[in-house]
Amino acid sequence: MIWNNEMECADRQQMHEIQSRRLTAMIQRIYDNVPFYRKKLKEAGIEPGDIRSVDQLSDLPFTTKNDLRDNYPFGLFTVPQSDVVRIHASSGTTGKPTVVGYTQQDLETWAEVVARSLTMAGIHSGDTIQIAYGYGPFTGGLGLHYGAEKVGATVIPISTGNTKKQLQFMTDFQATILACTPSYAAHLGESIRKEGIAPEEIRLRIGIFGAEPWTNEMRKEIEQLLRIKAFDIYGLSEVIGPGVSMECECQCGNHVFEDHFIPEIIHPETLEVLPDGEIGELVFTPVSKVAMPLLRYRTRDLTRLHREKCDCGRTLVRMEKCLGRTDDMLIIRGVNVFPSQIESVLMEMTETTPHYQLIIRRENNLDTLEVLVEIDERNWSDSIRELEGIRHRIDNNIKSMLGISAKVRLVEPNSIERSEGKAKRVIDHRHC
Amino acid sequence: MYIKQLSVFLEDRSGRLTELTRILAENDVNITALSVAETADYGIVRMVVGRPELAKKVLEEAGFSIGLTDVVCVNIPDKPGSLYRILEILAAEKINVDYMYAFSNNDVALAVIRAEDIVQMSGVLEKNNQQLLSQADIYQL
Repeated sequence: MIWNNEMECADRQQMHEIQSRRLTAMIQRIYDNVPFYRKKLKEAGIEPGDIRSVDQLSDLPFTTKNDLRDNYPFGLFTVPQSDVVRIHASSGTTGKPTVVGYTQQDLETWAEVVARSLTMAGIHSGDTIQIAYGYGPFTGGLGLHYGAEKVGATVIPISTGNTKKQLQFMTDFQATILACTPSYAAHLGESIRKEGIAPEEIRLRIGIFGAEPWTNEMRKEIEQLLRIKAFDIYGLSEVIGPGVSMECECQCGNHVFEDHFIPEIIHPETLEVLPDGEIGELVFTPVSKVAMPLLRYRTRDLTRLHREKCDCGRTLVRMEKCLGRTDDMLIIRGVNVFPSQIESVLMEMTETTPHYQLIIRRENNLDTLEVLVEIDERNWSDSIRELEGIRHRIDNNIKSMLGISAKVRLVEPNSIERSEGKAKRVIDHRHC
Repeated sequence: MYIKQLSVFLEDRSGRLTELTRILAENDVNITALSVAETADYGIVRMVVGRPELAKKVLEEAGFSIGLTDVVCVNIPDKPGSLYRILEILAAEKINVDYMYAFSNNDVALAVIRAEDIVQMSGVLEKNNQQLLSQADIYQL
């Protein structure tokens, strides 16, 4: 099923026209209403009338997360506060939160793209969706909420946490859809097993997971644990929240709703636009946003784009699963390391769990990487020889994948801190 | 005949072994034999206890990772050459011992032995007239 056939299956020419029209109007809006952008555009020698086509996007200046912080809280809004009906804020790990505002029309756009996303995964009226994303300033909970209502699903707005109640609602209300972060999905799956809940008591068939990077191996693990098909939803609050892009049943990348959010891939250092198929930093221009449109917002996510038509019938450009964030990238002894690479090594092991933590230190001016891995409490050997064999196998696989060696340490089950939102995977002592 | 040995995976953290034995004490579980095998980062505690199922339950509730492993517990005469006699029987049948630990008290000496094929090992020892202890025997020690 396709929610919006006209937009999701438009030919390239039509999409080009829509994007160009919306971009032109957006430039005028931000030039007229946001001093920060007027100054930026003037510095780049651009007047609103100069931009007539989306092909000129690469002439325009970028916006970064720092620009959002500098204009905290409402400096980038294009409308008076009386037109803003909602504010969300993402918790900055350092410093000020990132604030975004929505007009009524923005909320409608958001519900529309989430409705497209849920429909893409096969969700429809008659489904019961348990939304275990956080409700509040974080965009996950409320973002999914209105889109789910729009498709006519029954919404359980349970928010995150309180695992016992999650399991009770899941079984008693016969939830068919679970929406949360992938790490919380894994946690719920384990809890179901631990509580001894019979598989037939769980009616889940589809999972909608996002808000943190996850690998295909983790997908398989969650699909087995919960006996569902798991889909990736992508989004970030600066652009709108969840619903910027979504996986279809072909699972060959996420379709970007490019009539609203125009994607580009740039080289993170030279800032040049890269051709389709090349890996670089993902940049979005949310052209239809009213309260807070952004010009070429640098997401720091690393991925690549594909434009061939998908078997599902949609013509929307696809982005691959993010390799990581430019700021998640760890440089260890001069080698670029993404936590997702280590995760994929661990996912291949049957004797350990997907719970891990990377600890980076600097000892005698040399970076060291320590990998803590929990043994599987249901499947471990009491023979030191076998445990050491597992450790060496992980060691070797990490070394052959990354080219650097790591110290692997087996730890007790449940000893690595669990978070019900995002997992704390990396502790870097070099910057403390 | 073989018995259940309790295996516990312990991270190398101070107080873990104390915590383990405290829980067993509180639940009135008697430890008949115990050995610790350690590496730089973790250790495996192996124990023969009076009530292995109860011990497993209470330790798991306290967050320990517990395995129950089949081992053979042989009663050997407490005099020189007895252990040699047992191992000779196993060697003759090419049974490879994974690990073992032994203790003696008054006139009773016991060896706890783990091999890959526990069924074969217990059969071989019984055929050679060695006295193997049952779970009930352990409980009465």
